Amino acid sequence: MADRSAAEVARAVNARETSAVETLEAAYARIAERDGAIGAYLALTQDLARARAERVDAAVREGKRLPLAGVPLAVKDNMCLEGTPTTCASKILDGWIAPYTATAVQRLIDAGAVPLGKTNLDEFAMGSSCENSALGKTANPWDRSRVPGGSSGGSVAAVAAGEATLALGSDTGGSIREPAAFCGVVGFKPTYGRVSRYGLIAFASSLDQIGPIAQTVEDAALAYDLMAGKDPLDATTVDREVEPAAAGLRDDLRGVRVGIVKEFGLDKLEPDVRACYEQAYDDLRKLGAEFVEVGLPTADYGVATYYLIAPAECSSNLARFDGMRYGLRVEGPDVGATYEATRAAGFGDEVKRRILIGTYALSSGYYDAYYVRAQKARTLIAADFAKAFEACDVIACPAAASPAFAFNAKADPVSMYLMDYYTIPMSLAGLPSLSVPCGYVTPAGSDKPLPLGLELSAPLFAERALLGIAHAYERGTGHARAKQIPTLADAVSAR
Amino acid sequence: MSDIDVAYVAKLARLALTPAEIERFGAQLGALLEHVGALAELPTADVAATAQVIAQSNVTREDLAVPSLDRETVLAQAPSREGPYFRVPRIIGEEA
Repeated sequence: MADRSAAEVARAVNARETSAVETLEAAYARIAERDGAIGAYLALTQDLARARAERVDAAVREGKRLPLAGVPLAVKDNMCLEGTPTTCASKILDGWIAPYTATAVQRLIDAGAVPLGKTNLDEFAMGSSCENSALGKTANPWDRSRVPGGSSGGSVAAVAAGEATLALGSDTGGSIREPAAFCGVVGFKPTYGRVSRYGLIAFASSLDQIGPIAQTVEDAALAYDLMAGKDPLDATTVDREVEPAAAGLRDDLRGVRVGIVKEFGLDKLEPDVRACYEQAYDDLRKLGAEFVEVGLPTADYGVATYYLIAPAECSSNLARFDGMRYGLRVEGPDVGATYEATRAAGFGDEVKRRILIGTYALSSGYYDAYYVRAQKARTLIAADFAKAFEACDVIACPAAASPAFAFNAKADPVSMYLMDYYTIPMSLAGLPSLSVPCGYVTPAGSDKPLPLGLELSAPLFAERALLGIAHAYERGTGHARAKQIPTLADAVSAR
Repeated sequence: MSDIDVAYVAKLARLALTPAEIERFGAQLGALLEHVGALAELPTADVAATAQVIAQSNVTREDLAVPSLDRETVLAQAPSREGPYFRVPRIIGEEA
């Protein structure tokens, strides 16, 4: 049951072929069977889920139709859900109970979605592998010796393993798209400002965006349409009409101009990965797309720009975790020592590193050389994209340079930061961008195929066109649901 | 670029670090600063800084009185409380 798409579940619940409660029970049975091996969830919200499912069933019995009726939803644990623990996978918030619900989560619940629980992430969404979680380990369902990607690793693993039908993630520099690629699901980051961040615990406020993780592009469009739009509770949401994306899904790419980025040449990739992306480009062509080469001469500076801007903003945002009003407090001899001891005990290494980088980049004497220069580089990167989009409707490139890597393979921070090479430039420019499954590679010496993701990115606010194009590619190739995950059977026996 | 004074930056950031952490983070930050040093190659002299890409300013809303979060719910999350207040360490020195 959990392998049905969100659209299929909602249709069946609305038609009363099944109920939201039955769907919920099947989802929890699946979690009980598999999550011991996968570790997608940090907490389950059974009481809330049961109450919501019963309300959905009551509404359907009264003749209401809900667009996400009974759809089992997983929520990344940096989004507030009233009355449930919200930890950011950090010891500093372990045990904190959210006193309100994030707007994006509430909009999906209002549409009939049933929140199953909160999923694992890199602490405060800082990481590309989920290994920076202080509270749990999440494995890639395709090969449990490998990471699920990050930071939204729990949400993508939940959808990939059939432990949720739909999930929410957040993406600051690639945290939806890279893990979606690693786990073979659809992950979509809308335009900056399109979806409310009210109730999303802030990491880097000029970049953070909430988006859907789904089995299909259609489901991602359905969730996006429900979440997008102005929220009075988030002044950074854009007051601009939302063009429903679900109505723009198409089956061919005739007349679509696909831009291939000169600087993202596939020759940098391993041969099997390269062959997979060449096939993906061929498939786009076969569906009718025209190809144009575009230049993004500043794209190579994306990672450097990002690792000044994001830490600077994080050092400011995370100043609120001082042990006074909520979360962990470690008492010291005076208030200053209490702050320092609380933050030393509460934050993990990666969070500390980024706070230090950001504090340094914003400090007197270095502000212009680092932070302001990075903001200027960001202007150049955004301008490069604007120019590229004069010649094309969508840019296609890999979502990541490799499939999922093994645990502990990226011990050096800079090598981990470079995992986001293909996703960061779009984040800096605020563009809508997604990863859609585009094939599989099997590493030498392994019998486990690993998914790869094709990243498609579009101009600001062109979500409808972007999702339409991704839908045509997904329909035309069928990679998304082509393979059963081979390790899930032994995930059960490994418990 | 390994002249970064990690202990001083940690003080600014209100983070207590052990000597071993200062050494390790110092080396890692040095490596990162070397990487971001590449930005000096970009012609940014006459470029405006971008704080965020969707230019919005002075976003206002109606000034409506609405209920705020329930005090008890919020205080229940406090590490330390006294009645209806957050209890925090002494901030003003006794000798002051």
